Amino acid sequence: MTPDLMKAGTRALEEHERRVAPKESSGGRDASYGRVVTGELDVAHGAILYLDDITVSFDGFKALNALSLSISAGELRCIIGPNGAGKTTMMDVITGKTRPDVGKAFFGSTIDLLRLRENDIASIGIGRKFQKPTVFEHLTVFENLELALKADRGVPASMFFRLSGAQLDRIGEMLALIHLKDSAQRIAGLLSHGQKQWLEIGMLLMQDPKLLLLDEPVAGMTDEETERTAELFLSLEGNHSLVVVEHDMKFIGELTQGKPSKKVTVLHEGSVLAEGSLADVQANDKVVEVYLGR
Amino acid sequence: MSAVLPMAAVAPPTRALSMKSWFGVFAALIVVVVLAPVLNLLVPDGNVFHMSDYAVALVGKIMCYAICALAMDLIWGYTGILSLGHGVFFALGGYAMGMYLMRQIGRDGQYKSDMPDFMVFLNWKEYPWHWLVSDSFIAQMLLVVLVPGLLAFVFGFFAFRSRIKGVYFSIITQAMTFAAMLLFFRNETGFGGNNGFTDFKRILGIPVATPSMRMFLFVLTGLTLIGFYLFARWLIASKFGRVLQAIRDAEGRVMFTGYDPIRYKLTIWVISAVMCGIAGALYVPQVGIINPSEMSPAASIEMAIWAAVGGRATLIGPIVGAFFVNGAKSWFTQAFPEFWLYFLGALFIAVTLFLPQGIIGLVRRAKKETKV
Repeated sequence: MTPDLMKAGTRALEEHERRVAPKESSGGRDASYGRVVTGELDVAHGAILYLDDITVSFDGFKALNALSLSISAGELRCIIGPNGAGKTTMMDVITGKTRPDVGKAFFGSTIDLLRLRENDIASIGIGRKFQKPTVFEHLTVFENLELALKADRGVPASMFFRLSGAQLDRIGEMLALIHLKDSAQRIAGLLSHGQKQWLEIGMLLMQDPKLLLLDEPVAGMTDEETERTAELFLSLEGNHSLVVVEHDMKFIGELTQGKPSKKVTVLHEGSVLAEGSLADVQANDKVVEVYLGR
Repeated sequence: MSAVLPMAAVAPPTRALSMKSWFGVFAALIVVVVLAPVLNLLVPDGNVFHMSDYAVALVGKIMCYAICALAMDLIWGYTGILSLGHGVFFALGGYAMGMYLMRQIGRDGQYKSDMPDFMVFLNWKEYPWHWLVSDSFIAQMLLVVLVPGLLAFVFGFFAFRSRIKGVYFSIITQAMTFAAMLLFFRNETGFGGNNGFTDFKRILGIPVATPSMRMFLFVLTGLTLIGFYLFARWLIASKFGRVLQAIRDAEGRVMFTGYDPIRYKLTIWVISAVMCGIAGALYVPQVGIINPSEMSPAASIEMAIWAAVGGRATLIGPIVGAFFVNGAKSWFTQAFPEFWLYFLGALFIAVTLFLPQGIIGLVRRAKKETKV
């Protein structure tokens, strides 16, 4: 490289840095050899969620025991396991509710989940549905969705918030999707159990998360509602990544559609016991033993 | 996706107040600004329509309490955080005002000294540090807002960050006001010990004990109450208000929806404390005394009772509750002084058992039944 070209390059860089404020975490020029840490989700390596060697113990009891798990971008992963296998604890770790004793948890390849708080984790695109449907009981269905709508979460922004036409349309679409259009002005506490589940799923989708964690989403639903839920989840697959924890094997069957490419993970005593297609897993001797206690 | 036509029916009303409520606010304004002054100052004594000075003082005092009840409703009724220590914010606002009023006494005190009587009594030669700006009206008015606000901010920051909730939070607030009371009881603290401040003579050089000054303070308190009511209505009608109610119903969900509950709780907690501080500052010149008993645990618990009796999470209810309970108190303590506390306890139990929505809930139910 000739000196002139080097000078021109330096000038161009200075010009660039003057215009684009350098991001603090990227380390400016020093980081040019590695990946640039921007705080944005980076799924270039294929994985959206990566858990490595996570251990959580409560008073000596290991709820998670060196759990390692990786979810691909756009994947719909079903997780099954007997009671106390650590399914909910795993979700607690991912969403920041519980801190593991050891291990790593990454969202994409750059965001360390263990350094963030619950609300930050929700803001970067991980939505969670609780086992017990949790909606805002004294607000209307419409207001529930409005609060979940993607918008500035700060205090002053909330005080002066006004719904735009596009946002109103988005809430309308969601009401139709979760079959609650006629109940929009009803108080959420008056909904049936299944409807609350749907509302909570609707609230998750309003946040437009990249990864959805669904803890027993069809508990208490009628067969018809369960079927519709399975359809909904399958329509989300690809654009979103989903992790579904469920006991209902029929529902799992609907979600995996009998395709061997769809993976099911079996948890047992805080770590992965088996992973593979539903048929493989069901045929696995260890899984049968755990479930039937033989 | 679906047709978007029926959205008008789906969208909630965005107005903070209905036409009827605006009419009510307007009526309250007329009563406070026109009716009360005319009936008190212009209608002669002895006429049936005359409003006595006693009534002016009583209603003025109750309006200060009503501001506190409104503040309680924001933090308890809407956010679900029961504070049993709001008396400390009320008293701090009152003390900030009282310090200025003490300086205004000048040499008219018993000891004919430049210093307030209690300092002469303690043989103090100069003002302690926290009295340095007390001769400035503007500085003390700023302190009315800043001191309760700052205490609430620091206390709230640590309590909310440590995720202290429910009854634990209530107990800690109770302990806070009790500790403050013990501190203010000490003569060395420099706030007049258990006598507090009294015998005020002037405010901004104008005598406090004249009918017109009393009426001015009455109108000012009424306007403050109406202003705070409208402010609270606006807050609750905004998305901010709905987040508060969401925190009350399911804080975990709020967090996993991406909101930081600490910021929301801290904001409403400080707003509520500042409202109480301002109420205290309006209270002191009207009642003519401030002492540490305002920080007693019972005083703070009473505020919660006003809100509960009137009806939580209604905004208007706690104002009604403050008027009802304190009106009953002033009548009871004259008629059957020894039975007041029994009555208050019975009232609280009755409301909890039979009127979970308080007086306002009762009125709404009656309205519904007459309609059907």
